[in-house]
Amino acid sequence: MPTTAPAFSDATASDSALRRFLFGLPGVDAVGLEARAASLGTRSIKTTAKAYAIDLAISMIDLTTLEGADTPGKVRALAAKAVNPDPTDRTTPRTAAVCVYPDMAATAAAALAGSGVKVASVATAFPAGRAALDVKLADVRDAVAAGADEIDMVIDRGAFLSGRFLKVYEEIVAVKAECGAARLKVIFETGELSTYDNIRRASWIGMLAGADFIKTSTGKVATNATPANTLLMLEAVRDFRAQTGTQIGVKPAGGIRTTKDAVKFLVLVNETAGEDWLDPHWFRFGASSLLNDLLMQRQKLSTGRYSGPDYVTVD
Amino acid sequence: MASAFEYAPAPESRSVVDIAPSYGLFIDGEFTEAADGKVFKTVSPSSEEVLSEVARAGAADVDRAVKAARKAFEKWSALPGSERAKYLFRIARIIQERSRELAVLETLDNGKPIKETRDADLPLVAAHFFYYAGWADKLDHAGYGANPRPLGVAGQVIPWNFPLLMLAWKIAPALATGNTVVLKPAETTPLSALFFADICRQAGLPKGVVNILTGYGDAGEALVTHPDVDKVAFTGSTAVGKAIARSVAGTDKKVTLELGGKGANIVFDDAPIDQAVEGIVTGIFFNQGQVCCAGSRLLVQESVQDEVLDALKRRLSTLRLGDPLDKNTDIGAINSAEQLARITALVETGEAEGAERWSAPCELPSSGYWFAPTLFTNVTQAHTVARDEIFGPVLSVLSFRTPDEAVAKANNSQYGLSAGIWTEKGSRILAVANKLRAGVVWANTFNKFDPTSPFGGYKESGFGREGGRHGLEAYLDV
Repeated sequence: MPTTAPAFSDATASDSALRRFLFGLPGVDAVGLEARAASLGTRSIKTTAKAYAIDLAISMIDLTTLEGADTPGKVRALAAKAVNPDPTDRTTPRTAAVCVYPDMAATAAAALAGSGVKVASVATAFPAGRAALDVKLADVRDAVAAGADEIDMVIDRGAFLSGRFLKVYEEIVAVKAECGAARLKVIFETGELSTYDNIRRASWIGMLAGADFIKTSTGKVATNATPANTLLMLEAVRDFRAQTGTQIGVKPAGGIRTTKDAVKFLVLVNETAGEDWLDPHWFRFGASSLLNDLLMQRQKLSTGRYSGPDYVTVD
Repeated sequence: MASAFEYAPAPESRSVVDIAPSYGLFIDGEFTEAADGKVFKTVSPSSEEVLSEVARAGAADVDRAVKAARKAFEKWSALPGSERAKYLFRIARIIQERSRELAVLETLDNGKPIKETRDADLPLVAAHFFYYAGWADKLDHAGYGANPRPLGVAGQVIPWNFPLLMLAWKIAPALATGNTVVLKPAETTPLSALFFADICRQAGLPKGVVNILTGYGDAGEALVTHPDVDKVAFTGSTAVGKAIARSVAGTDKKVTLELGGKGANIVFDDAPIDQAVEGIVTGIFFNQGQVCCAGSRLLVQESVQDEVLDALKRRLSTLRLGDPLDKNTDIGAINSAEQLARITALVETGEAEGAERWSAPCELPSSGYWFAPTLFTNVTQAHTVARDEIFGPVLSVLSFRTPDEAVAKANNSQYGLSAGIWTEKGSRILAVANKLRAGVVWANTFNKFDPTSPFGGYKESGFGREGGRHGLEAYLDV
């Protein structure tokens, strides 16, 4: 069992205790939260700051393919791209990880061996999570055995939305126990939780249950990562560290496609959680098409002209 | 503050605005020198660089401007409202078209960050003209009976904290209702009003409808006491407001005064804390706290005081103070050496009276007028910093235990301009708002402005309302 921070050991003692704790968290004013996110979105990041942000963003990408049509060939191509994102410029940083379904984890692990790029595998009946706990845990074991360094699990949104918070918590604890050395990212599917109050409560359930990362979404629903929901989760990890000393990572996923977007998210990190989170160990982007836009902007900064999509690799 | 993610300078281009080396007074559609040839210099408060030399109006110029406005009044007030609306819509559109230029100009002359002039001042200026343009042909339906008549010549004196926005608040309703105006901008921020004079010409506004007199307090005094002025509108300090009230006593001039404030921002223990912290910051550090409706008194429920103060200090440490033209600057310069001296003196009084001072750790530029965001704790109702308007980036923090105590403390002020309530409980918002003696009460937000919303004060914060339908009344003979 993971050790829950002593300050909060009572919070998870029972369903009612957890409920009281979650409903005791400060509310979130949606208008104010979105206004703050929008205001940070007006930061003007230029020249040296932009170069720093682009390289940092590339190094934070979980380069993702989560399709029914995934094949070993596709995964190997993606792995090659993660290791060497821009064949014309070897100074380009590698991405943080390649993110695949569990049955592709072994392929990814073999392709990435020795590269430093991590293998992340979704699990727990991703993306819906509608399976028996045994099946979910088997899914996790499978992925870890296949060489996954990181597990991206989904929470039981049905349980959450029907108020069974302890079930959500215990499931995360159980998954964490199966992870071994692998780091656990807990996906809330913020688009399905719908309210900011719910996202804050889910963040705390995840953090109390031992998540290494809290993650917005699967990328499979209409609303995925937004500046506002990511800002809210950054506030949660900031507050959690202030109260427990434990640092937890954040991963927005889905819908972040442009350099401009990515830079805005990094500004949110910088001015909310702080510079300790400006590191691939603590912040990730779950994305696929974002990488090529970052590479094009990177080329533009170094050469002074736009090269166009034919000058970055399509994988 | 060295950080891994150091934002590179991102200055807005100064070249979008062309400031002439000298400017005259705008009287009867022409720029002219002052009768006695006097001039004064206007400087950029962030660098102390002289921006331009402008004419200094005296009593003779005031008389000339009032005569021009009187002459123009007959035709202007006789125009159908729909015709006056066309001019106002045209002015609003030109302001939007020239908004980048005007934003840079305002930032240079006032010292406030370009982020604010670009995202708050200029959009609100245009919105104000659009809004009152819409009223010009609908005055029959404003609730004052059929065909309400204008007053005549309005003498308007505005402050330096929102130069162009205060001009819009004054001129837009005056023109929409058929009055003509003589406006005196503050001596430290004359330039945007002079650019507005140029916009009036660009819009083909008839001569004499708008007259702009740059100058000092003596010109303002000559204007408000001029016997042929029918309406006096003033925004500024309570001391000057009282003097104006005395000077117009016994005349038939209609008066509106928007004066000082010491707004209470009340944070209950069930508040959305992160957003409340943002609201506290917006409340007192927007425009370096040089805002009459600033939330300069934080009333925080004792049970969450430590949490709120920790979060507030952490947040204040991220504020970026510096070059106002940099798009990433949050805190700009104080408007003048005089204002800086006043802020400094009041902060010293606060320390001498035993309040505990904390200032954000930021480096102040070596030239210009600057003051670091500051808050005072251990403040009671008896402290000067809890009672007097500081008009600077200084927040006084007081605590309360119950909603009744919060209301009593909030109302315990000679002022009554603004207040804020932070709670997730809707019924509490309504109950507390009803008991607050303040012209504006914001719920879970602060310093939000809209031309449709009336604005004005209780007690020594002034009388009359500006904005919205209510703002028409001050310019109508009703």
